Amino acid sequence: MGEKTKPWRWQEDDLTVTRGSAWSGPGCHIGCGVLLFTDKDGKLVKVEGDPDNPFNQGRLCVRCLAVPNATNHPDRLKYPMKRVGARGENKWERITWDEAYDTIVKEFTKVKEQYGAESVIFCQGTGRDIAPYISRLAWSFGSPNWVPLGLTGNACYLPRVAGCIATTGSFWVADCSQASPLRYDNPDYKVPECMAVWGNNTVVSNADGFYGHWVVDLMKRGTKLIVIDPRLTWLASKAELWLQIRPGTDAALALGMLNVIINEELYDKDFVDKWCYGFDQLKERVQQYPVSEVSRITWIPEEKIIAAARLFANSKPATVQWGLALDMTQETLPASHAITALWSITGNIDVPGGMLPPPTLLFYGGGWGDELISDEQKAKRIGLSKYPLYQYGFVVAQPDEVANQLETGEPYPIKAAWIQTNNSLACMSADPKKTYAGLRKLDFVVGVDLFLTPTIVACADIVLPAATYPERDGLRFGDGPQRGEAINKVTQIGECKSDMQINLELGKRWNPEAYPWDNVQDMFTHMLKSKGVDYSFQELREVAPIYPPQEYKRHEKGTMRFDGEVGFNTPTRRIELFSTFYEQAGLDPLPYYKEPTESPLSTPDLYAEYPLVLTTGAKHWGMFHSEHRQIPHLRAIHPDPTLQIHPEAAAKFGVKAGDWVWVENSMGRAKRKVEITPIMDPRVVNADHAWWFPEAEAAEPTLFNLWDLAINQLVPFQPGKSGFGGNYKSLLCKIYKVAEEEV
Amino acid sequence: MARYGLLIDYEYCTGCHSCEVACQMEHNLPVGKFGIQLAEIGPWQIEGDKWQYAYIPVPTDLCDLCGKRLAKGKLPSCVHHCQANVMKFGKVEDLAKEMEGKSHMVLFTPK
Repeated sequence: MGEKTKPWRWQEDDLTVTRGSAWSGPGCHIGCGVLLFTDKDGKLVKVEGDPDNPFNQGRLCVRCLAVPNATNHPDRLKYPMKRVGARGENKWERITWDEAYDTIVKEFTKVKEQYGAESVIFCQGTGRDIAPYISRLAWSFGSPNWVPLGLTGNACYLPRVAGCIATTGSFWVADCSQASPLRYDNPDYKVPECMAVWGNNTVVSNADGFYGHWVVDLMKRGTKLIVIDPRLTWLASKAELWLQIRPGTDAALALGMLNVIINEELYDKDFVDKWCYGFDQLKERVQQYPVSEVSRITWIPEEKIIAAARLFANSKPATVQWGLALDMTQETLPASHAITALWSITGNIDVPGGMLPPPTLLFYGGGWGDELISDEQKAKRIGLSKYPLYQYGFVVAQPDEVANQLETGEPYPIKAAWIQTNNSLACMSADPKKTYAGLRKLDFVVGVDLFLTPTIVACADIVLPAATYPERDGLRFGDGPQRGEAINKVTQIGECKSDMQINLELGKRWNPEAYPWDNVQDMFTHMLKSKGVDYSFQELREVAPIYPPQEYKRHEKGTMRFDGEVGFNTPTRRIELFSTFYEQAGLDPLPYYKEPTESPLSTPDLYAEYPLVLTTGAKHWGMFHSEHRQIPHLRAIHPDPTLQIHPEAAAKFGVKAGDWVWVENSMGRAKRKVEITPIMDPRVVNADHAWWFPEAEAAEPTLFNLWDLAINQLVPFQPGKSGFGGNYKSLLCKIYKVAEEEV
Repeated sequence: MARYGLLIDYEYCTGCHSCEVACQMEHNLPVGKFGIQLAEIGPWQIEGDKWQYAYIPVPTDLCDLCGKRLAKGKLPSCVHHCQANVMKFGKVEDLAKEMEGKSHMVLFTPK
């Protein structure tokens, strides 16, 4: 393991500098190396990128640069509160932590005794360092229902991970040298000749442990890009090939590229012979996707599909940096399966500059502490009977079924919710009015967050103030190739506590044996040592970041499988182009394409009424999901929720730049401000997600303008067959101007 | 005395705003005031798949090239944090030489 010798804390003039990792909130969860500057009063005054950290190499995005303005924000929640008015009235009274914990234990225990522990659900948003701690809290209480609340089909990251593991035994990420502390100087590393940037705008989104500007590093070193995106992003404008895809048709494109690569015999025959299972069946399947048909489906010209297939197949190595758009496809598993086949049959598996199986130090994706909950309770996890795939290695509840069960109380009632790091109504929930109605029926709801959110104001009975990352200690291992980093506390705001500390203190009250630690540092040390990382928390922060050893072609060395045999960790020991796992689970074992539920091709009548394809959820520089709207320097970069529309479409629908319009479908509508731009296809519009106005009235009915702004009011609960995937990015809509008095 | 400047390789500037916000934080500038500010050139279609789509950060009259940081041996905050690594601080004479070897560069002499 590589080790740092520099100190983790030092003095610079009258400021203290602390080295650490930036793991949200606020912000994303890639965990850049940061230097936190505090004054003699312990106030955070500045954040800089850590030049000695190989991950970001001193660079930093605007969100972390502006973190002092978030941490020190006057509107932060600073102490626990209980609701004193009706839900939604935004009337609160300050209470002590003891009173808050006592009330929560009393109310949750009441539900447990009357209905069972499963009637309390534990809800998280995206990964604000929460998975190990909230899963342990749920399981130590006895509830199997840990869920990303309202996220139809778990449509974020998990489908890609699940799909890869099911068909190849591992997840795979684009090799940008990130697994080695030497980075581009690693002598074993090779710069990819070609990278497909598929369904994400990496430089803005920085998703899944991937520092987006690595793509720019590679471009400078000669990598050619194929960008698959409905919009002309900056990356697309610099690409060798930009494939302006119709949203939701990625699987068709991948199958069309496979058709070209297989029929023109551009694949790696040696790798396919040795290491792939089911090639003949795949070859047969892709004959259903000739380029002419794929062009009709995807709206991409035939010659571009052919050129992309040839460029990708002929580049050695080639790699794929894929993103959320694949998860937010209703039939996400076959889409991911097709793309996995692309990089597999071209021999880009585990070669330098190809696709990496991420080295792991401390795996936490499956939760922490499942030995704490009985098999009897585990069997009550919501969604298991409808979606059997959730039984195989997945431990979260199925969100669509949770939403249904909140509504119907069948097969058992849900009575209370613990909502932590989750502004579901403004952000991830599909059909947020359904989630709202479900939550409002509950007897008792706790919200844990940095600020008051629409979700907390509308639903919570108790609210607990969570710490931002400069206010807490923590471990940072991360998505993608892992590295061991310490998150170091440098400041204290009010009575805020970290999510880990809150869960440790609360969990001790209802299950002390599950929490034998005096403090979070001891808990972190236990987590490290129990996984064979031979450092205490205090030692880790001295030496961080630590890297596990990396080697390529692990499948040839017998280090991919738990039994030490060569090959991949699948039943056939091969990359399964034909999935034995899907076949067993009653799913199509081969990749296929399914048209979005509502689309110009699947519902032409509806398309006549709603004549634009709507895609949502693209990120902006200064904002992470529903966060950062109250940080002035960041809000100034993108002050209003926008609808991007092509000039021809704007003229056709009679809207001008800066007009406020309603974006509407059969489910609902949301306001957006028109941005006219040639980066769109005239048939497609792009709406921002996760908007609320912290500056607006908090109390209902205004609720921070939530119901005017929530674009997910147009998004149905509509998962794929497997229970994974959703239609967040491929809908139909119409637009019309907001009446003057409604602006 | 040698003059110092900022060399920008705008072929690879992604418009991420890190230079703007790093500068605002370093100098405690309020919203709306900048020591360096991004200009967006495009996007518009040149022809076919060729697009004009570029960003160029432009130092303003508030830029002091981070004199206090330089005195401590640090880089200007915008250069330190530039995510695309397209900004370089140095003597104008040296930076100008680098421009001979590459297109899409611009050299600023703020102060």
